[in-house]
Amino acid sequence: MIFRLAVVGLVAFMTLPTVVVIAVSFNPTAILSFPPAGFSLRWYENVLTYPQFQRAAVNSLLVTGGAVALALPVGTFAALALERGRLRGRHVWAAVLLSPVVVPGVAAGLGFLILAAALGLLRSRSVLIAAHVALILPFVVRSVWVSVRNLDPALERAAASLGATPWRAFRRVTLPLLRPGLFAGLLFAIVVSLNEFVVSLFISNRVTEILPVAMFNYVVNYTDPTIAALSSLFIAATFVAVWLADRYLDLGRVFLRH
Amino acid sequence: MKLLLVPALVVLAVFAAALASLFRWSLLEFIPGSLQTGGLTLANFRGVLAPQYLGAIQDTVVLSALTTVLTLVCAYPVAYALARTPSRRVRSVLLVLTLAPFFTGAIVRTYAWVLVLGNTVVSWPVPMLFTERGVLVGLVHFSMPTMILILAAALSHIDPIYERAAASLGASPARVFRRVTLPLSMPGIMSGGLIVFAWTLSAFPTPELLGGGKVKMIANVVKDLGLDSFNWPGAAAFAMLALALTLALLTAVGRLSTARAS
Repeated sequence: MIFRLAVVGLVAFMTLPTVVVIAVSFNPTAILSFPPAGFSLRWYENVLTYPQFQRAAVNSLLVTGGAVALALPVGTFAALALERGRLRGRHVWAAVLLSPVVVPGVAAGLGFLILAAALGLLRSRSVLIAAHVALILPFVVRSVWVSVRNLDPALERAAASLGATPWRAFRRVTLPLLRPGLFAGLLFAIVVSLNEFVVSLFISNRVTEILPVAMFNYVVNYTDPTIAALSSLFIAATFVAVWLADRYLDLGRVFLRH
Repeated sequence: MKLLLVPALVVLAVFAAALASLFRWSLLEFIPGSLQTGGLTLANFRGVLAPQYLGAIQDTVVLSALTTVLTLVCAYPVAYALARTPSRRVRSVLLVLTLAPFFTGAIVRTYAWVLVLGNTVVSWPVPMLFTERGVLVGLVHFSMPTMILILAAALSHIDPIYERAAASLGASPARVFRRVTLPLSMPGIMSGGLIVFAWTLSAFPTPELLGGGKVKMIANVVKDLGLDSFNWPGAAAFAMLALALTLALLTAVGRLSTARAS
């Protein structure tokens, strides 16, 4: 009984900030109050009409879109090479491929800033895309690798023995069987890239900044609930994504027994 | 097949080049008021140990240690419920509620705590926002999903039959936990603890927003020096410190898991 209460209390602790953000986002006044004094959508209107957020949303789409489009095939190829490539020291290669996740954000961010300055690319989104590709690659490799490992090579040999070219066997047999891993990798890559903040803060300016950076700058400068509204939109999108993932991928299986 | 690794290695080479630039600049002399640098020097690393930064380093280590312990204590019951519940629905609800913050990103989560800790409705018995206490709450909340996942994975590998055997031999539930469950979940506790400690050492958005400039951790010093004072060499030295600490700890995690496997 005490145990159950503790679990409920801890889950409440985990969810409390989310609930408060959503409640505050409908608050009618600029002075933050909880519970809200009424109901208003003005902060949502503010989010959609604030030019810096519009620009940042476009940047987020471009950076995440570009980074995911690059990282998904690159990561898939790497996962195939890791499992099938008869590499010596496979675990060393795997550790190298997964290493960007463990590098502190400020170290990677400042490193990319210095590198970009040396190459004269400080005003360009390409640095953001390059950094995001490196940061999301580990998630793609990990997700797809699990699927490659569960793939029975006999199925591809069967396709080949029935006369399929290697390319056709890859497209008609391998790719469809890798779909769960590819889907999980895609989801992780999008979520991680859309939320990436620390590295992006170092390598973006007012023109190239993505949404989390624009949100950070807004929080530092203003105190009205506009960010609560934008956060609520992020939270809603995330809940839908996690719910879909749990529904179609059984997250328990993905996370608890890799 | 081996050639398929090449594109990924190109990406990693860019990443490595960024870290190499960081390392090089940490050894270059800073000329105040200029982005030009002087010759090679170790002054930046001596600067890391300057009196005005010792507080930040000390705060970082203390906050990381406290975060690790509190996160372990808070994550354990949730992880246990997650690993042992027979109902798929309960498991799904627990997973979605505890994992969603994991996916909502640092800014949204930290801003949410700014609202909770700085609210004017429920007054906290002690000041929370812009204090170490407030930063600690945010850091624990931030580390919880990771810790819950690691502990739940470790706990789901323990066969409940051991616990039932101990109980049938007359052990009280508290004794079963202390003598059976806890020791068997020790690998998860160790790796979860080290990973959270390493992550917290380089935490940035939480102390930046919840500390409001009054609480500084190593990463905040990197940002202040690098983005506000344009002292890239000094910032690079601090970033190298964060990188070295994190890598040392994660190597320890790796050692631990290989030692266990053999």
